[in-house]
Amino acid sequence: MGDAVKIRIRHLNFYYGNFQALTGIDLDCPENKVTALIGPSGCGKSTLLRCLNRMNDLIPISRAEGEILLDGGNIYAPDVDVVSLRRRVGMVFQKPNPFPKTIFENVAYGLRVNGIKDRAFIEGRVVESLHQAALWDEVKDRLYESALGLSGGQQQRLCIARAMAVEPDVLLMDEPASALDPIATQKIEELIHQLRESYTIIIVTHNMQQAARVSDKTAFFYLGKLIEVGETDSLFTRPRLKQTEDYITGRFG
Amino acid sequence: MEIAVSENMKDFQRETTQGNDASTAPAGKSGRSAPVLSRVRRARESRRKFVQGFVFNLLRMAALINGIALVIILYFIFSRGYSAINWTFLSQPPTDSMTKGGILPCIVGTLSLGLGAILVALPVGVASAVYLNEYARPGKVLHMLRLGINNLAGVPSVVFGLFGLAFFVVYLKIGVSILAGCLTLAVLTLPVIIGSAEEALRAVPDTYREASLGLGATKWQTIYRVVLPAALPGILTGSILGISRAAGETAPIMFTAAVFFTPSMPSSIFDEVMALPYHIYVLATAGTEIEKTRHLQYGTAIVLIVLVMGLNLAAILYRAHLRRKRI
Repeated sequence: MGDAVKIRIRHLNFYYGNFQALTGIDLDCPENKVTALIGPSGCGKSTLLRCLNRMNDLIPISRAEGEILLDGGNIYAPDVDVVSLRRRVGMVFQKPNPFPKTIFENVAYGLRVNGIKDRAFIEGRVVESLHQAALWDEVKDRLYESALGLSGGQQQRLCIARAMAVEPDVLLMDEPASALDPIATQKIEELIHQLRESYTIIIVTHNMQQAARVSDKTAFFYLGKLIEVGETDSLFTRPRLKQTEDYITGRFG
Repeated sequence: MEIAVSENMKDFQRETTQGNDASTAPAGKSGRSAPVLSRVRRARESRRKFVQGFVFNLLRMAALINGIALVIILYFIFSRGYSAINWTFLSQPPTDSMTKGGILPCIVGTLSLGLGAILVALPVGVASAVYLNEYARPGKVLHMLRLGINNLAGVPSVVFGLFGLAFFVVYLKIGVSILAGCLTLAVLTLPVIIGSAEEALRAVPDTYREASLGLGATKWQTIYRVVLPAALPGILTGSILGISRAAGETAPIMFTAAVFFTPSMPSSIFDEVMALPYHIYVLATAGTEIEKTRHLQYGTAIVLIVLVMGLNLAAILYRAHLRRKRI
């Protein structure tokens, strides 16, 4: 299986004002695979994730150098339309953040803001996305009730459905299960397994077992630098560097 | 560091459990002289209880004063004015040099001034708040704008009245009219509306904005479809409270909209009107038979208070309704 590279990060430096959050990152994220970013708090993994859909643009004093190539095109090129980039690169956040709207409207939101008016099409996508997010059976009778009435785990799966409804190429997940209980976490992990077939997924996690369970490739970050990257199996069983080994075995930080 | 380590060693000898950092050392120490400490602690405990109770009652008194003031005002006005309230009073214009008849033109005038003011002030105020909170980059310009708005809130209402007279009535040649009064009241209320709208916008979690932008929405779509609906209850209540305050103002309308007496109802926004607060002022100071109209003055005050409180109540109920719906 030829590992087509979906996202190629080249010499990426990232700054918040004078603080350099990422230094010289080079990383390839293979298509239809799960890439896990691990490392202690403040190591820059979330910053890197938020570079991939340029969410960091919202922070006025931030600045990026280097390239991030999505299907070969640099997303930091001056002519890139950030809005359409974010449609291609969806994101699921650490805390479930459904809108204070109905379940249906939450999933339909991405379609509506992208100018789709065809009701039948929207309905089809909503149902399909809820199925994909393994949420359909739990919400099919309450589609027009507030999404805030769902449990935390259901809300997070709703957020995943919402992100998938616009059919992005890439799904970014920022510690998607950290605010959830073990059962909800397991459901999210199973979901990631299934989604891998149609999406390129990049996930930030603090949970070593989770990274080992769900990802194909793992990258270990420390103090804004990429320390070690490799196939998940080999990185967790035979880390090349002592620093990586210390972190994944919990002797570190 | 050295001290902490030696403390730990002692603790280790006395108890078998071992502390890894200095923070466990004091816990070990307090166990040593238990009887003395407990007496001190009991004394301290009773003093703490006294202070706690004292402060609590002080705060409760402060809150009570508020409630008592309201009750006294209401009692004072209602007990003197209730005799004036009847259907004629509410449904007829004044007659016999305003010593008899009703106050219908004043009610209509105040309602139309309030409605007009909110129609002008709400869009402008919310738009300003959206700009200040969502678009403007922090810096000198934003700082100056905020400073200006805060100062506007501190300007006495009579100054707004004079401004309205000079600018709307004379310079823009609108004349003394409902329109000029609405615009003046709108300017008066703007800082309140901007303030409450900004507060409501700030209360919308950033995660909503991020989620929306992350789905490929533009900034304006995010504001229009997610942020504003979420902030709407707060914006509306703040605005209605602001306008109900303005509806009771006399100074801003006395030069711009209100007249002493007009026999006819207003037929357009370019007409002058009678208004409740100004009517009270006129009856109480400028009438020919001030004593004779005392009960009418209080009656008018009752109508004004009920109107304003009704508006506030509506605002509160509406907010509760939106919060319950949560969609």
